[in-house]
Amino acid sequence: MPLNDAIRDCPRVNGHRPWPRVVADEQVWRSVAAQLRDGEITLSGLWGDAGVVHMAVLDETSSGLIVVSLECPDGCFPSVGQFHPPAIRLERAIHDLFGLTPDGSPDKRPWLDHGRWNARHPLGNRASPAATPPAYSFLQSEGEGLHQIPVGPVHAGIIEPGHFRFTANGETVVRLEERLGYAHKGIESLMQGTDLARGAKLAGRTSGDSTLAYAVGFARAAEAALDVEAPPRAHWLRGLMAELERLANHFGDFGAVCNDASFSLIYAHCGVLRERVLRAADVCFGHRLMRDCVVPGGTSVDLDENGIATLHALLTEVRQQFPEIVSTYDNTASLQDRTVGTGILNANLAHQFGAGGYVGRASGRAFDARRAFAYPPYDQLSFEVPMLEEGDVNARVWIRIREVEQSLSLVQQILARLPGGPVRADLPVRTGEGMALVEGFRGDILVWLRLDDSGRVSRCHLRDPSWFHWPVLEAAIEGNIVADFPLCNKSFNCSYSGHDL
Amino acid sequence: MLKLLLQGLVRSPLTEPRPKPDDPDLAELAAGLDRAARRRLGRSLSIREVDAGSCNGCELEIHALQNAFYDLERFGLRFVASPRHADVLMVTGPVTKNMREALERTYNATPSPKWVVAVGDCAFDGGLFSQSYAAEGGVGAVIPVDLHIKGCPPRPIDLLKGLLALMQEKPARSAT
Repeated sequence: MPLNDAIRDCPRVNGHRPWPRVVADEQVWRSVAAQLRDGEITLSGLWGDAGVVHMAVLDETSSGLIVVSLECPDGCFPSVGQFHPPAIRLERAIHDLFGLTPDGSPDKRPWLDHGRWNARHPLGNRASPAATPPAYSFLQSEGEGLHQIPVGPVHAGIIEPGHFRFTANGETVVRLEERLGYAHKGIESLMQGTDLARGAKLAGRTSGDSTLAYAVGFARAAEAALDVEAPPRAHWLRGLMAELERLANHFGDFGAVCNDASFSLIYAHCGVLRERVLRAADVCFGHRLMRDCVVPGGTSVDLDENGIATLHALLTEVRQQFPEIVSTYDNTASLQDRTVGTGILNANLAHQFGAGGYVGRASGRAFDARRAFAYPPYDQLSFEVPMLEEGDVNARVWIRIREVEQSLSLVQQILARLPGGPVRADLPVRTGEGMALVEGFRGDILVWLRLDDSGRVSRCHLRDPSWFHWPVLEAAIEGNIVADFPLCNKSFNCSYSGHDL
Repeated sequence: MLKLLLQGLVRSPLTEPRPKPDDPDLAELAAGLDRAARRRLGRSLSIREVDAGSCNGCELEIHALQNAFYDLERFGLRFVASPRHADVLMVTGPVTKNMREALERTYNATPSPKWVVAVGDCAFDGGLFSQSYAAEGGVGAVIPVDLHIKGCPPRPIDLLKGLLALMQEKPARSAT
């Protein structure tokens, strides 16, 4: 990892697995921020703790990951956001939740805290909230002919809550500013002091569409903290379920993007495929979204012969239907007219923000946690990570199409080689720190976990890929017409709940 | 595209039969409802969905109601884009503190007579989030609820039964 020597000399924390954690001083902290600014490494997470801030940084060339921690005895720390903009919203969230102040941050406004919670800084030194919620100051856009369009938090469609403030010049979007936090449920606070079983349930309810991926992330972090390994069959079942989740979501997104361009034929057919996947999951694992099917130590479900036959039938059905849907997408000029060249995210921003999933991969950033860290069962499976350079809505659709093909192949490989044996290992009760980076359908999900000596969660941080998607969506929409926003937004399909926690 | 369209003409429909009126789930849901409400609603409903801080799992299954298998619109049920056009608010999530005002304002913007359906375990009593500093602990803590459809998330078929229960005429009337 191209980290400076100063980091290498920092004391390492014992019992942090599988990647190292070091305790840095302010100078080292600033030097890491400078490396982020210079694009040598990628910010993967930045979160608070009791009197400490942690920063996870990723070296994409060598697939190295390290957590740098800084103690904040005075309740403040040098802002990373002043050097590296992707950190700004994470720091605002740290201040809201813990009361730790990022010194020198260019944006001191609250983020998740709308002034309506029972307490300020609910995870730090709790304080009483202001009697009346303070007004939020949106960024200013000034100029002749500009007008504002406020949208949300209640939207016209069946989607999650969030506020979008558009400034438009005629039909053209000059600036979009997001305001999020409406779905903040206090997950990280509820995590503290719970046992692993309840912790896994909470993690699985961070973002419903990625419930499986979150459960895998939490389970892997817990297993790392306790230094145990799930049985091989559990790893393969997790992989199987993860690919089913990816298939269901990609079908849903592909259809929904086309529907936002008023092309409902593909929406209808993708809806059928999505429903087929969910029904197969229900038959195999007893829940359509596979919620609570993965637990620390393994899985809570197993796959029987009937399930295997169901999945083979699903593969046959999808392989028959999907190519015709794709060719319809590819050959409909009126639809391509809406998606090609719309909402372009340039490669520089995708790299700077470390945008994961189809957002990054449509803009030249090939990172995929399944490939970079080859966690089981992906170390034994063959698959490609599709990548495009165009960065428009069309590219994000095509990445999904290619990933559907890869996931179908992965499901087939898993079914052919699924090992036998138990699906769950017993977990010891001990203290430890663990971390996981897993690839959900939307991108890489980071889970960081510290267990106390009674095996309970003392701190758990969940970082959704949307943290690095939402800010670049603001950039991608600039210069597009207002009517193309639903299309762009759907092609990103950021999670509100996963981001708001 | 031609192949897709031809298939649509030739293949039998995917749409599933309507849940029977004597379905015990449906009867249970209907029993919990004010009969007068059902009479007034008649046989068509406009629904406004409000996510009051769910994990988006419930939204996924509500979306599924519109696919070819459940085909919500054949029952005269449809989702509308504004509370001004709605008879029913379908609310998900534990109602986060940050969404409370938005939910209240949406409720107030819905013309009477109106009914509220709370969808999912979180909407019922806050679910796993009931003890959070950031949640109100269910839809009923903020606005009056007429019908709860439980599940995490409820299956689309359960959502459908709940909505049909809302429209089902009381037995005496349906007999005439």
